[in-house]
Amino acid sequence: MPHAIEIILNRQLADCLAIPVFITDTSGNLLFYNEPAEEILGERYEDTGEMPVERWSTIFKTKDDDGNIVPPEDLPLVKTLMNQLPYFKTFWIESLQGKKEKISVSSYPIIGRAGVFLGAVAIFWRQTEE
Amino acid sequence: MKITLWGVRGSIPTSGPETKAYGGNTSCVQIEADDTLVLLDAGSGINNLHFDDHLSHRRIDILLTHLHIDHIQGLGFFKPLFNPDAEVHIWGPASNTQSLRNRLGQYFSPPFSPVYFREFSCNLFVHEIANDNFSLGSLKIDSRFILHPGPTLGFRVQEGEKVFTYIPDHEPALGRDGFIQDINWMSGSDLAKDADLLLHDAQFTAEEYKEKVGWGHSSIEDALSYASVLNVKRLLLSHHDPERTDLDLDRLYIHLKETVNVDFPFAMAVEGSRIEL
Repeated sequence: MPHAIEIILNRQLADCLAIPVFITDTSGNLLFYNEPAEEILGERYEDTGEMPVERWSTIFKTKDDDGNIVPPEDLPLVKTLMNQLPYFKTFWIESLQGKKEKISVSSYPIIGRAGVFLGAVAIFWRQTEE
Repeated sequence: MKITLWGVRGSIPTSGPETKAYGGNTSCVQIEADDTLVLLDAGSGINNLHFDDHLSHRRIDILLTHLHIDHIQGLGFFKPLFNPDAEVHIWGPASNTQSLRNRLGQYFSPPFSPVYFREFSCNLFVHEIANDNFSLGSLKIDSRFILHPGPTLGFRVQEGEKVFTYIPDHEPALGRDGFIQDINWMSGSDLAKDADLLLHDAQFTAEEYKEKVGWGHSSIEDALSYASVLNVKRLLLSHHDPERTDLDLDRLYIHLKETVNVDFPFAMAVEGSRIEL
């Protein structure tokens, strides 16, 4: 089965944007990330293709301003997947190589024409790098 | 199944000697299988059906891809809708804002029409469909939302092993670099995959499409590429631009035959032509 057209259109939009965009299915599996997002993940979509949630969720750690781990259930994308609502939060991400970056994340659910929840989109707004 | 193309013109009907060969009526395709009669879309081509002369079906199913006027403008002139002995089922795309009945009712009311929807005197049934599978007689039908402005469906009609796919209005290439040549990311790919016959939107040339991105239609070249990726066995290029004359279509076809390398037969759809699968 191909992805729903709402997912395809989100990918086509993401492909045109200069801001990092991640698109997941309803379980959090990463269906697509655009070129600006590749820089954050340190991976290329052409190489990885779609990624299961278990893999891409471990690519970076999430921390607050004091260096404490932000639990998954407090992350915008996870909350969107759980509640099918939009969320926003600013926090730090730390890559496996130890590179830290402060980002803000906006997430929103993709609810299609038939009112069916199809997945979620997370947009990363880059703040600072250390 | 027997397929008859009653309307293959896009956007607006044309008339005159310069469009006589390919036809000027808008979208309508008839499918007959055993005792089942299905009409795909109700453009002006529906007026080519003469029920009084040779059609005796009591039940008729009309499957609407979407409600743009060129796909419903023939409904108000469709005689079985005014026949109390007829049973007509209209199937069309669901929307989460208004019912199909209400949306059609906007067209069938003043000032757009002197006839109200409620004046159809047949036994009328309206069905809202989305990404669905259902059967009509011996025909198995899959409907899927596809890329086109507003809720729009494509149909895959199967009888036995034979598959006819109908996607007359479709812009699969909407995006920065055209359509993604991966069937998981191609609108309507599960409808068209391995079809024996695909009737697909081909309103523009590639050059014209550059100025019409987002209008909801395909270039001829994209339609050929789409069919090729999906292993379609035969392709009919349809929804001809209303400004395209017979001579234009002939020239385009000759050019395509000389320049395009695909391993399946393709042709420009012609109004009145019949195909048996």
